[in-house]
Amino acid sequence: MATKLRARLKRRRSPTSESRPVQLLLIGISLLFMAIILVLPLYAVFHEALSKGIGTFFAALGEHDAQAAIRLTLLVAAIAVPLNVVFGLAASWAIAKFEFKGKAFLITLIDLPFSVSPVISGLVYVLLFGAGSFLGPFLKSYGIEVLFALPGIVLATIFVTFPFVARELIPLMQDQGTGDEEAALSLGANGLQTFWRVTLPNIKWGLLYGVLLCNARAMGEFGAVAVVSGKIRGQTTTMPLQVEMLYNEYNATAAFALASLLALLALVTLVLKSALEWRFGEEIAAGNH
Amino acid sequence: MSAAVSTAPRRAWSFRQPSVIPGFGLTLGFTLTYFSLIILIPLIALAVRSAGLGPEGFWKAATDARVLGSLRVSFVTALIAAGVNVVFGTLIAWCLVRYRFPGRRIFDAIIDLPFALPTAVAGIALTAIYAPNGTVGALFAPLGWRIAYTPAGIVIAMIFIGLPFVVRTIQPILEEVSHEVEEASATLGANRFQTIFHVILPSLMPAILTGFALAFARAVGEYGSIIFIAGNIPFVSEIAPLLIYIRLQEFNYVGATVIATVMLLISFAILFLINLIQAWSRRRYGYGN
Repeated sequence: MATKLRARLKRRRSPTSESRPVQLLLIGISLLFMAIILVLPLYAVFHEALSKGIGTFFAALGEHDAQAAIRLTLLVAAIAVPLNVVFGLAASWAIAKFEFKGKAFLITLIDLPFSVSPVISGLVYVLLFGAGSFLGPFLKSYGIEVLFALPGIVLATIFVTFPFVARELIPLMQDQGTGDEEAALSLGANGLQTFWRVTLPNIKWGLLYGVLLCNARAMGEFGAVAVVSGKIRGQTTTMPLQVEMLYNEYNATAAFALASLLALLALVTLVLKSALEWRFGEEIAAGNH
Repeated sequence: MSAAVSTAPRRAWSFRQPSVIPGFGLTLGFTLTYFSLIILIPLIALAVRSAGLGPEGFWKAATDARVLGSLRVSFVTALIAAGVNVVFGTLIAWCLVRYRFPGRRIFDAIIDLPFALPTAVAGIALTAIYAPNGTVGALFAPLGWRIAYTPAGIVIAMIFIGLPFVVRTIQPILEEVSHEVEEASATLGANRFQTIFHVILPSLMPAILTGFALAFARAVGEYGSIIFIAGNIPFVSEIAPLLIYIRLQEFNYVGATVIATVMLLISFAILFLINLIQAWSRRRYGYGN
């Protein structure tokens, strides 16, 4: 309604809007800024990746180390994302369906990893499991390596992606209240049935939205993983780390080829995310402030 | 019910309000356990390591010239970048909310690119663009201006990663600002300029400040997108997260821990400030997210 009203007012050069030339100027400045800051880097990734031809591009992707990096990145995301989904579901159930003391504080705590520098997220695990710690040598005596191995990379990835699913689901489930669950329970459903058949269908699009963002970050994380990985070629280098190694070896084309896969992932994420927002805007709206 | 419930004192006050919905103990118990293992214990390990130095040792390590230099570089560049982001972010949010133009939805979706694009990819792409032989860098090279490998490059990377924080904080608030106040202002004889600067912008101030703080906090901690473009010269273009990384590579865990602790304290202070702004804005304007 407001837009219709505004459209009508605009025709008369409304006193509550700008004249069209001013609008065009402001839009022009905005779009130019976005084009230079956001679009140009995205274009540059694909341009550089394909600058030596499509053959070089695929050769770079087919290389043994690149393949190992892709497999490791997929594996890390396949472990970290489901764990954070389980956490997100548990946390949002406890927070949204019950009233208890200290709830607001708990919500603030869940967002904590967002205000920690990625490098520090990696550093804390180095301190916990590295040389000079208590846990590191203890686990090592049982043959379990955490640092410079898969467990460390997974832990650091979980740390940085920790809030994504929970912060999407908490406001959404708070908005939906407890009426549906109470109805299901009073009709004889048990707790698990209530969750699977009532709650989960209610939050599925919001959950997918959270998973999408969580996965993008998990696959793209650099700083935290760089600290704990040790960067052993072909073993503990994820895709972003492999991009860095290739780039530092002045193998820019190969670096950009691998980077273009990650940029493609980012584009797919953005498209799916926007599609979810447009199609199911209301069902994920609460989490989308 | 699990430990989470039974630890609450019984009659004096109840830890939670009664509910027919099951699973409180299980979900809250899991939430707290997972949070403790992944986030809390590692952060405590960092604090313990720091405290082990004693006040004098800590002070000596924290006031090391190179540490102070890196903190200065990080904070000054982050301030500049957050300032630029506030100006252009507000303008972009304004155009996206108030004006209709072709491609608006696409540009709206692209705002989130820095959330989705892995930081290392952004880093090498920005370097390719702003290097002296890059698309934008070549425009400035004849003037003798270098962007990549100088602090200006750091600012560019920080603008890239911080922009969505400002836009996404202001956008929903701007959508809520009622049109009536603008009409009232116009009726009372204010021109458009006065209405914007005396009526609309003041009510956006909490959102703008929050966006500024979020963009600033993210920029200070950022690592991946900066290290490629920065040049990383100590005292000039070496950021604090990079110095943490360098100290770790040297197995100087004490040095790394001290810088991390200083940075964490500052980011928690910023987090506290954001909460204050939002509490104030809820009281003053009745909104805040």
